[in-house]
Amino acid sequence: MSLDLDILTVRIPPQDNPECEFFWQSGADGKLRFKCCQDCGYFSHPPTPRCPKCLSTKVAPEAVSGKGTVLSFTVNVQQWIPGQAPYMIALVTMDEQPDLRLTALLVGVALDSAPGDVIGSRVETRFLSRDGIYYPTFVPEGSPA
Amino acid sequence: MSNNPERLSFISGIGRSASGRRLGRTAMDLTLEAALEAIEDAGLKREDIDGIATYPGGDAIASRGFGGPSGQQVQDALRLDLNYIYGSGEGAAQLGAMIEATMAIASGLAKHVLVFRTVTESTMQGMKGRNPGQGMQAASGFMEFLAPFGAISATNWFAQVAQLHMHKYGTTREQLAQIALTCRTNAGANPRAVYRDPLTMDDYLNARMISTPLCLLDCDVPVDGSTAVVISHVDYAKDAPKIPVHVNAVGSAQYGRPSWDQYEDMTSMMAQGVAKQMWSRTDLKPADVDVAELYDGFSIITLAWIEALGFCAQGEGGAFIEGGQRIARTGDLPINTHGGQLSEGRLHGFGHVYEAAAQLRGEAGERQIPDAEVIVAANGGGPIAGAMLLTRGISS
Repeated sequence: MSLDLDILTVRIPPQDNPECEFFWQSGADGKLRFKCCQDCGYFSHPPTPRCPKCLSTKVAPEAVSGKGTVLSFTVNVQQWIPGQAPYMIALVTMDEQPDLRLTALLVGVALDSAPGDVIGSRVETRFLSRDGIYYPTFVPEGSPA
Repeated sequence: MSNNPERLSFISGIGRSASGRRLGRTAMDLTLEAALEAIEDAGLKREDIDGIATYPGGDAIASRGFGGPSGQQVQDALRLDLNYIYGSGEGAAQLGAMIEATMAIASGLAKHVLVFRTVTESTMQGMKGRNPGQGMQAASGFMEFLAPFGAISATNWFAQVAQLHMHKYGTTREQLAQIALTCRTNAGANPRAVYRDPLTMDDYLNARMISTPLCLLDCDVPVDGSTAVVISHVDYAKDAPKIPVHVNAVGSAQYGRPSWDQYEDMTSMMAQGVAKQMWSRTDLKPADVDVAELYDGFSIITLAWIEALGFCAQGEGGAFIEGGQRIARTGDLPINTHGGQLSEGRLHGFGHVYEAAAQLRGEAGERQIPDAEVIVAANGGGPIAGAMLLTRGISS
């Protein structure tokens, strides 16, 4: 059974922003993309118009594996929005580069897991499509499609 | 190092408004109360004030009580002519406003700068609710890659720092609890604190979770209140009525990525660079510090400051505060002697400076640390950081 990714009662969308539009549309074909420098190969996030490493203007969205390792996480319990069930947020280091990180929801992990079982665990990316936005969402690697 | 420009200035006056939960007073009302008290405390008249600096220079209503009145609004309310004005939410955290004031004085732009920070978050929460994402139609700026993933509260961001600190270094909740317990004990000796009843380890461990591993008692308590200081040129020190609180060194450095989730070492924060720079500007050492007033918007921030300022090595903060004796008022390094934001209330950084000045003057009453001569005040967490090393009297 596939995982339910739609776990937030209220989803705050990103503001329209030409710089980042590719990121929020990227999931249309099921792939996660980050800006990548076509000269030096450096991935960066959040997106900027120049490579922050070599300052090249030749940066373009490039698909990544979507796989990574959990660096840290938290289970949000407080009901900032009444009725919202607890959920897990994770900070994930993507496989492509040691300093390429993304914060996103992590779904499919027991909320009472020992921290040591979550930190360092392998995850991959799925997408929740809502109102024209594709929200990347992490799930344990190998979760049912 | 004795000719660092910040040493041309000192805190000549301190003032604060009433503070507490849901006072129902406007930000300007509170600000003027604090400002006039600080000006009088400095032995000055309002027309002596020729500079204003504030953090974040915002709007009390639109920012849900986070920002107080702007510098210009206060200028106008007091009908001042100014040689200098500054207000920004960037810079070296809340203390950026004070550091700017010292530099304005050192450069000769101004002689007496009124610096204030006002919050009305408690009243605004009463009016508009606690959901930090409420009213946010779309996430922009630094929130663009946090809020859409449910990371809408600063608690979520700092929780990930605490979680990693615990995982990597073996820091325990019982150790982290000592920040909250110490603050509460100190608040018991502070008549202006919001929470003064004793707190036990069981209370802490049984408190409800907000965002793991941070519980309710790891989070500061929103209040309404305004804090003001007057920073003056040292030439005025001999005429000032109160014991001068000298600015020995400041730290405003921002090294590494200014980001809630992209900072390289996520067990630490921007505090590291600030501390390194501050210590490079003085002959004093961490061992010379008598009291540390360290920002505690969340308990983990205080732990990070203890490590960043070199009171112990990175990762050893948990062991350093274990049992709480070392950071108690009777310990080697008393922290947050007023109760901090965790128990006195979230005056947002300036409460720590007010307390530092009161301690250095010997005006802290029941909670006075005997012979306090060197105090570090640090503000900010995550990508926001600033620090000041303050001493009693004017050092040569």
